[in-house]
Amino acid sequence: MSGSILRAENLHLWRAERHVLKGVELTVRGGELLQLTGANGAGKTTLLRALCGLNHLEEGRVFWNERDVREDREGFHAALVYLGHEPPLKPDLSGAENLRFWSGMRRRLTATTIHEALRQTGAGEFATRPVRTLSAGQRRRVALAGLLLAAVPLWLLDEPTTNLDSSGQELIATLLDAHLCAGGVAIAAVHHRLAVEPARVRELNLSA
Amino acid sequence: MSPAAPSLTSPLLAARLVITRDLMLAFRRREQLLHPLAFFVLVTAMFPLSVSAERSVLRTLAPGVLWVAALLAALLALDFLFRDDAQDGTLEQYALSGQSLTWLLLGKTGAHWLLTGVPLSVMAPLMGYTLGVPASASVGIMLTVALGSLALSFIGSIGAALTLGARRGGVLLAILILPLAAPILIFGSRATELAIRGEVYVAPMELLGAIVVLSFTLAPLAAAAAVRISLE
Repeated sequence: MSGSILRAENLHLWRAERHVLKGVELTVRGGELLQLTGANGAGKTTLLRALCGLNHLEEGRVFWNERDVREDREGFHAALVYLGHEPPLKPDLSGAENLRFWSGMRRRLTATTIHEALRQTGAGEFATRPVRTLSAGQRRRVALAGLLLAAVPLWLLDEPTTNLDSSGQELIATLLDAHLCAGGVAIAAVHHRLAVEPARVRELNLSA
Repeated sequence: MSPAAPSLTSPLLAARLVITRDLMLAFRRREQLLHPLAFFVLVTAMFPLSVSAERSVLRTLAPGVLWVAALLAALLALDFLFRDDAQDGTLEQYALSGQSLTWLLLGKTGAHWLLTGVPLSVMAPLMGYTLGVPASASVGIMLTVALGSLALSFIGSIGAALTLGARRGGVLLAILILPLAAPILIFGSRATELAIRGEVYVAPMELLGAIVVLSFTLAPLAAAAAVRISLE
């Protein structure tokens, strides 16, 4: 994990007539967090989605560990988790069941590991309730447990602190610190800077 | 740092997880399961009321009635195939799971067939009975509807994936899929007709089987490509 590196060269992307990404360049190494900042509509979400391949790039290349991600798309995806605005949870299943399927896609999990992860993100108490009865902040805590269970070197987070209370904000910082200390790479689109150890954080302003 | 075990999920296990999940969801929220079935029962029950209560007339009409009603009921259910998962971001996570999207969609389509095609094929002989079809044809009707709905689920998965971006996808889906379903209808109703008459219905069944094999091999690939486009 420690040698991980994500590099993007000259990324261009249009949305209809609008040129959203204009030659974005970035390099993030293991142990670093890149914060994407910029006004609404500056292209933070678009950049995250383009990096993981959900949005089609008109031009430019993305390298994971110096290998073009298009050469081994599934291998690259197996190394990342993308967490968007809305946690990808089914309202009719409980938090634990959701994780059994969502994170179970990647790794064989036991009920114990799932509950351990839910406990770590403060979601242990409501893990067995249907997600539809949970608040937005509680759902996000369940989704964060999915992030832990995936155990991948690359995290792509879109507004990770949305809907979280102050202890949730601290939780994000703690999780990120642990991830970075273990040599992981993280990119987060943020409005408010995350309280992560400053030496590990770099910033890319897309409005500039 | 993380409590996860290191062993990775195989593609087959991932597809099985998708099936388990979809079955679990369907039994938590049963309308998805019951609506197509209720639609099928009502449509077939309309015919004796509107055409004629004469048993010999109904028996002649039975294959066509059963098949058109089953086709429309299955089509009704196809609209739900990917829509919920697209809305709550599950499809996105499938595409990013590091697993082959083709396998996962194969699982989803299989689950869809278990939830709509199998109940329909159990219900079809019962509704056939109300149309004057002899009980001896039950097994034949069940088999043909099961095979036909399986082919329709696969072919329909392409349409369901293609219409994900459309706001009112349901009608568009029907327009896209019904012409492609014509061979299923032709061979399916032919086999049913032969079964009702008590004759050998192997030939049209083999052709239905061939359609299943063809759609099984090609449709998940096409559906996966269409889903990727819809995620943009």
